Amino acid sequence: MTDMSATPDDESLFGAPVSYSRGQKVVHPSREQYVAVLKQAIDAGYTMCSDLTAVDYLTHPGRELPSGIAAERFEVVLNLVSITERTRLRVRVQVPEADATIASCFDLWPGTEAMEREVFDMFGVRFDGHPDLTRILMPEDWEGHPLRKDYAIGRIPVQFKGANS
Amino acid sequence: MTAVENVRQTSEGAQEMRPRSELGAKELMREVGSVLRMSEAEAAQLGQMPTDDEDQTMIINMGPQHPSTHGVLRLMLELQGETVLRCKPVIGYLHTGMEKTGEDLTFLQGGTNVTRMDYLSPFNNELVFSMATEKLLGIDGDVPERAVWMRMLLSEMNRMSSHLLFLATNGMDLGAVSMMLYGWREREEVLRFFQKVTGLRMNHNFIRPGGLAADLPPGWRDDVLSILEMLPPRLEEYDILMTDQPIWRERLQGVGVITAEEALALGTSGPILRSTGVPFDLRRDMPYLHYDELEFDVIVGSYGDAFDRYAIRLNEIRESIKIVYQILDRMPSGDYRIQNKKVTPPPRARIDESMEALIHHFKIFTEGFKVPEGEVYVGIESPRGEIGCYIVSDGGPKPYRIHMRAPSFVNIQALPHMMRGGLVADAVAVISSVDPVLGDVDR
Repeated sequence: MTDMSATPDDESLFGAPVSYSRGQKVVHPSREQYVAVLKQAIDAGYTMCSDLTAVDYLTHPGRELPSGIAAERFEVVLNLVSITERTRLRVRVQVPEADATIASCFDLWPGTEAMEREVFDMFGVRFDGHPDLTRILMPEDWEGHPLRKDYAIGRIPVQFKGANS
Repeated sequence: MTAVENVRQTSEGAQEMRPRSELGAKELMREVGSVLRMSEAEAAQLGQMPTDDEDQTMIINMGPQHPSTHGVLRLMLELQGETVLRCKPVIGYLHTGMEKTGEDLTFLQGGTNVTRMDYLSPFNNELVFSMATEKLLGIDGDVPERAVWMRMLLSEMNRMSSHLLFLATNGMDLGAVSMMLYGWREREEVLRFFQKVTGLRMNHNFIRPGGLAADLPPGWRDDVLSILEMLPPRLEEYDILMTDQPIWRERLQGVGVITAEEALALGTSGPILRSTGVPFDLRRDMPYLHYDELEFDVIVGSYGDAFDRYAIRLNEIRESIKIVYQILDRMPSGDYRIQNKKVTPPPRARIDESMEALIHHFKIFTEGFKVPEGEVYVGIESPRGEIGCYIVSDGGPKPYRIHMRAPSFVNIQALPHMMRGGLVADAVAVISSVDPVLGDVDR
């Protein structure tokens, strides 16, 4: 089992602290560093963003993070792939609840557009610079963001569009 | 707000494709499928496209009930005559909140949930979920050899059945109806084998954290061999029926072209990426299980068109046959699941004679097992591309967050790009060549 403690505290990549989770390399940029770190990652060969998602840590605040990173409610997680080096790199960015916005990666990887829409739909995290930030899986006037931890399962009755009531 | 008000309010306006006059440059570029920064010449050309008020274009819906959309995919197409100017996929019609459901199921129950996402390659879903769970538990190196080889056997057989279904639907979409019957017929043979092994044709929940649910049944080797002997001559038949046929080539060659740079920028994987000439297959490039010990070729295309994607899948069946022969040669004997009391329920016979075993069995199925805190991402090569599983555990018996990186969800975003400037009649060929599974897209 690998832990944060197994890594030297001072390890950093692209100017952001690095940790290892079960042997997988994770870089933790701040929101300000985010786009710059991603650009450096692309230059370092991580030309493919295979996944972008988020986690709501509302009921699990005490997770391990490298020193200097303050835990916030939301975390946006990217999984980058380097096709030439055949390695993966995970990027985890803390996003506070009070100001749940982060820069969009659309200009770097156009393919993240739909994934960012999904994160917005499911968590309510907004992406600055996204060309079309609408709901993607839920109906667009749906209330709430279903994958948030304070959104209960089965809270809203089943709806059918245009049903006579 | 009452339920009634909710019903009246529901409409899907903003997700729809909007008229060109309402769009900014960035949105327009996204909707015409410009994935890379456009050259000035192209941008200027974009400005010369007809405007809405000239009444030359129309926006039509294709789907969600269109038979060629493989489920409930809805495409909004902006047409000028027969030419597709813009295309926007509208998805979510099959969304059932499976990631949310997954947070309420234990790691033992999770397999039943994830196997229903990409319902044409259920073993790959289960495999990636199990591998992620095992990595979190720290037992990923302890899975018995036989279990590893069984997992490879099942996932390769699954690749065959999935690609056979692709050949069937691709044929049907393009009017080769006999191909549809042949494809389903061959797939059924593979599914019959799955039924014998797991008890179910689909949604098996057979690959579980720690190994598999049961050992292979007696006679499995003969069943596999008969499938392996049956398939090659049938694949030759498909070559005669489709690959060599001028009409088939005319319909597919040069249709839905995408370049390597664009495919990478869009994050596509699997046959779509490989059709552009990028030889990236996770089985070879980031080996998992024992794929690094096997001999097989990564099939790569060169034109990035629908024909390449068809040919890649057809030939991947042949590679899978090669792989399964090697698996048959090397299948070891031994245990089919890890003997770790924490994750493995006791054998059925022990329950009859031991009170502790009964309690253990009861506890493991009602409470599940606790998984240490942490987060992990595992990606494997499913028939459609990279299927990934990101699990966050808070130390409890249920995942704190489970996210599946769905290959179809990402691949389908390449549709606007592939369709731009093509004919509306080719739209069907393009959708079919992406081979989306809507259960995977919407989850």
